[in-house]
Amino acid sequence: MTRETREVAVPETVLPPDPAASNTSLRALLHGLPGVDEVGAKERAADLATRSIKTGAKARAIDLAIRMIDLTTLEGADTPGKVRALSAKAVRPDPDDPTVPSVAAVCVYSDRVAAAAEALAGSGVKVASVATSFPSGRAPLEAKLADTRLAVADGAAEIDMVIDRGAFLAGDYRAVYDEITAIKEACGDAHLKVILETGELATYDNVRRASWLAILAGADFVKTSTGKVAPSATLPVTLIMLEAVRDHYAATGRRVGVKPAGGIRTAKDALKNLVLVNEVAGDGWLDPDHFRLGASSLLNDLLMQRTRLSTGTYPGPDYYTLD
Amino acid sequence: MEEQADPIFEYAPAPESRAVVRLRSSYELFIDGEFTPAESGERMATLNPADEEHLAQVSVAGEPDVDRAVAAARRAFEGAWGAMPGAERGKYLFRIARILQERARELAVLETLDNGKPIKETRDVDIPMVAAYFFYHAGWADKLDYAGMGPAPRPVGVAAQVIPWNFPLLMLAWKIAPALAAGNTVVLKPAETTPLSALVFAEICQETGLPPGVVNILTGAGATGRSLVGHPGADKVAFTGSTAVGREIARSVAGTDKRLTLELGGKGANIVYDDAALDQAVEGVVSGIFFNQGHVCCAGSRLLVQESVADELLERLRARIERLRLGDPLDKNTDIGAINSAEQLERIRELVRAGDEEGAESWSPQCPLPEKGYWFAPTVFTGVTQAHRVAREEIFGPVLSVLTFRTPDEAVAKANNTPYGLSAGVWTEKGSRMLWTAERLRAGVIWSNTFNKFDPASPFGGYKESGYGREGGRHGLEAYLVHAA
Amino acid sequence: MSTPPDNPGPSSAASGEEERERAAASDAAAGSGPRVPSGRPEVHAEAAELAEPLDGAEAARPGEPAGPARSGAGVPAEAPAAGRIPVRKTYKLYMGGAFPRSESGRCYPVTGSGGAHLANAALASRKDARDAVVAARSAFSGWSGRTAYNRGQILYRVAEMMEGRSAQFAAEIAETDGIGAERADELVAAAVDRWVYYAGWPDKIGQVLGAANAVSGPYFNLSQPEPSGVVAILAPPAAPLLGLVSVVAPVIATGNTAVVVAGERAPLPALTLAEALATSDLPGGVVNILTGTTGEIAPHLASHADVNGLDLTGADPETAAELERSAAQTLKRVLRPGGREDWLADPGISRMTPFLETKTVWHPIGV
Repeated sequence: MTRETREVAVPETVLPPDPAASNTSLRALLHGLPGVDEVGAKERAADLATRSIKTGAKARAIDLAIRMIDLTTLEGADTPGKVRALSAKAVRPDPDDPTVPSVAAVCVYSDRVAAAAEALAGSGVKVASVATSFPSGRAPLEAKLADTRLAVADGAAEIDMVIDRGAFLAGDYRAVYDEITAIKEACGDAHLKVILETGELATYDNVRRASWLAILAGADFVKTSTGKVAPSATLPVTLIMLEAVRDHYAATGRRVGVKPAGGIRTAKDALKNLVLVNEVAGDGWLDPDHFRLGASSLLNDLLMQRTRLSTGTYPGPDYYTLD
Repeated sequence: MEEQADPIFEYAPAPESRAVVRLRSSYELFIDGEFTPAESGERMATLNPADEEHLAQVSVAGEPDVDRAVAAARRAFEGAWGAMPGAERGKYLFRIARILQERARELAVLETLDNGKPIKETRDVDIPMVAAYFFYHAGWADKLDYAGMGPAPRPVGVAAQVIPWNFPLLMLAWKIAPALAAGNTVVLKPAETTPLSALVFAEICQETGLPPGVVNILTGAGATGRSLVGHPGADKVAFTGSTAVGREIARSVAGTDKRLTLELGGKGANIVYDDAALDQAVEGVVSGIFFNQGHVCCAGSRLLVQESVADELLERLRARIERLRLGDPLDKNTDIGAINSAEQLERIRELVRAGDEEGAESWSPQCPLPEKGYWFAPTVFTGVTQAHRVAREEIFGPVLSVLTFRTPDEAVAKANNTPYGLSAGVWTEKGSRMLWTAERLRAGVIWSNTFNKFDPASPFGGYKESGYGREGGRHGLEAYLVHAA
Repeated sequence: MSTPPDNPGPSSAASGEEERERAAASDAAAGSGPRVPSGRPEVHAEAAELAEPLDGAEAARPGEPAGPARSGAGVPAEAPAAGRIPVRKTYKLYMGGAFPRSESGRCYPVTGSGGAHLANAALASRKDARDAVVAARSAFSGWSGRTAYNRGQILYRVAEMMEGRSAQFAAEIAETDGIGAERADELVAAAVDRWVYYAGWPDKIGQVLGAANAVSGPYFNLSQPEPSGVVAILAPPAAPLLGLVSVVAPVIATGNTAVVVAGERAPLPALTLAEALATSDLPGGVVNILTGTTGEIAPHLASHADVNGLDLTGADPETAAELERSAAQTLKRVLRPGGREDWLADPGISRMTPFLETKTVWHPIGV
């Protein structure tokens, strides 16, 4: 079949001139989106998960997945040393194999941005920082803005913010929207990824609405999860978010990225995500500027699968670096 | 977006191994627990429709063979099988279910080779469901008193069963499982173009130790089927296939004591209201007509979409159809396989020509077809009216006719405006509208916010010229039981 | 779980092991009875005379010769002449899919029909009962949420697993009840078939008991049975295998989870059944088996507010009445003891319906 990605027409009614004029207008827009049937969405995701990616396609997909990784450490115990080690791994994932590409970014807490920026200087690997009182987001706006500005000042090229799920679930869409726009402004040139924390939004209808809300507020990426709440990035959730960015692109021509994060541990998981991107959103999203995988242990599994493909033997974990 | 010269992520071929199937050069009839040649010695070939490769020779059963098989079935009915308590009968069906599960991959590959349908479907749909049908009906064998069809249920006797080529083993399961559970014995004729999985099923019957004569498999073409359903020794006839042949069978059993159930053609309407979950509706429309190459009697071959969302839905639908992968049925990533036979391909072409000539607008994705074998690209007709042949006749192929409606009443009126009445779909997020629509549709199965779902516990069958009787569920047992007056 | 599965436990449990060793030694010293070829002891002929009258079908029928008992894998065996000391099984509780000892660290001796010591069984406590209810409750949403087809397949798998251990079950009930090998085989076969019978019900009970109701008005109205929840079962003491299977299988077939108190006199078949359950893909916690004194455990289950149903089949009438009164406080669904049960008879559906709720859904029909 043809490889082209068709644009999907969305009627003008989907995007009124000023959707964020009020809570009422935001609600009208978000609740006017087509619903998501849970069973059907899960079936579609499960069907795509049966795709069998072999040989050359698998080799290309593994390298693409490595280039899409936001290599992440988000622990209370993170030290500058830990961040430096992770940064080294991000730049050169396999010290024995220079053909392995670097990952897209290293994702750390805001007070570890400086250490990461120093370690990654000149490497092409970006520094991403979670901000806005990650993971709960429960802090005054002033604190979130300060958090964001400091991270950017320290060298973060990307900010991963969390939305106010409490406000979203309470129907105060305007509050969520305003906070995203404020953070977006504080980001300056840094790219903004907006974490929906879909595990707390509970329904796929909410995931679709929150995706559109974040996109309308200026998100460069919509991201599934903090990784601190279960369930995190499931295939159906990523499917719904890909549909949102696809439909928004068709309506406006602006291509927003998607980042599933949390729970993606194996090369198989990564490949399933790429199949979703390929078949739901299309080629336009198959690059690190528009699709990321938030993960930590995933990288080593991709490296092992890479070795398996090139040597034909199953590798063991002792042959890959820990960080 | 223009075509990418170097696709970023093109899937490499992922063929399922054929090694799991040991094809024999020729297969014989299965009568009275033994494989036996046709008395005439006549044989026919069965092909792989994906590449026209010759797969095997099978015997063509003639009247003497039908006599032998019906006599064997009678002996088994009056002998070991008829006397067996339901609980013990059920254990044979459980055994069959288990062996079907064990040999699932072999059967999936064989079915794909003989039928042309994608391995994804035989592996994930057909064969698991075949086992499920036997498992479900195994449990009924000692519970027939609870089926609620009448007091003191007894089996009918010898069942003559003729099945089609679109789901060869699944249709066998739909016929044989309830018949055996109820205590009948069977003579079954698989379709001319897809005999092989039924013959492996015969081997499975041997493997379970099923008493001889309980299941007899006669391969052959239309003449074999006619002499089977016309045989005076058959107490019950069950047929799945075209409405034309169904009529002929109904005429032939008229005036006899034979019981008859018919599962025939359809022209299912898939109604999409403007409040539907559109992405899932698109999936349902796609699976409704392109699942199994549209070789599905209950296919949603007529899309009835509310005018206010028609453009948006059709845009999404075309984009989705362009993602379908047509090709080698054994490739695990293939969504659309081969048309089952040259004859069926010709019928599809003829009706599509008629659609073009009558002024409907056809669209297909850019879709290179393999050079060998029988192939037809997914096709969508828009601008179709109720008067067009593509809106009235069963195409039995990957061809969708799109009509629009303005009000619920109009949707129901158009959906019911057909001599068929097998299936329909309703897509809406509003429960009361779904039930309102389902209540008014004259069809045996209504899928709401889903399509082409089957389950052994769920009865299946049609209204009007789509046939009579139900298969599956508690209701499906009725066809194979007689009760005290 | 208060006791980890393989925790040796406090000193009393250790002394239980020692006691068992001593009993084995004295058994070996007695050296009674001719040996069957496998080196297993034959059951004494007088074993047919039971310590207490049995009203169940598993008691030897009058006039039926006890016959030579078959040897089995599960019964403690004496050392064969060649000198190898057999490895004996420790019988523990079955809870949440694991085999813990009683948190109380207690056990009690189980004797065969002739009075010979067979093994020690855990003497479950009030706290074990509490833990079993927790295990059953936490398994409930998963088990009842599985497809009926899946539940049916798992019950059928139990039958497959039991069939493979038929000899062990037959030897155990022959020894316990002092019945002949043929009779024991018959009872084991019936118990296997009972699982097969109930394996067919999960996807049919709703079709038999459910209904689309013709209400007057534009409403869709559908009634369907649903499981009550956690059911406590007092297993019939007189029929330690067939009776047990006959009360457990219907409860879990419909999606309930169970806390079973095995008959005090003959608990060993219940624990061997637990081994079959544990290897049948049955999720942990769906069936939990306690051994011990019914009088000690049952009142706590009858009054437990997180137990939804109570099957009193194994209780004597007086105890049953008392337990039913206790169960009334939380309005448990109670199945009273039915008097003399013929466990070989067609079970029908009367053991499923007491622990099913009927849920009726209304929905308007309109554009």
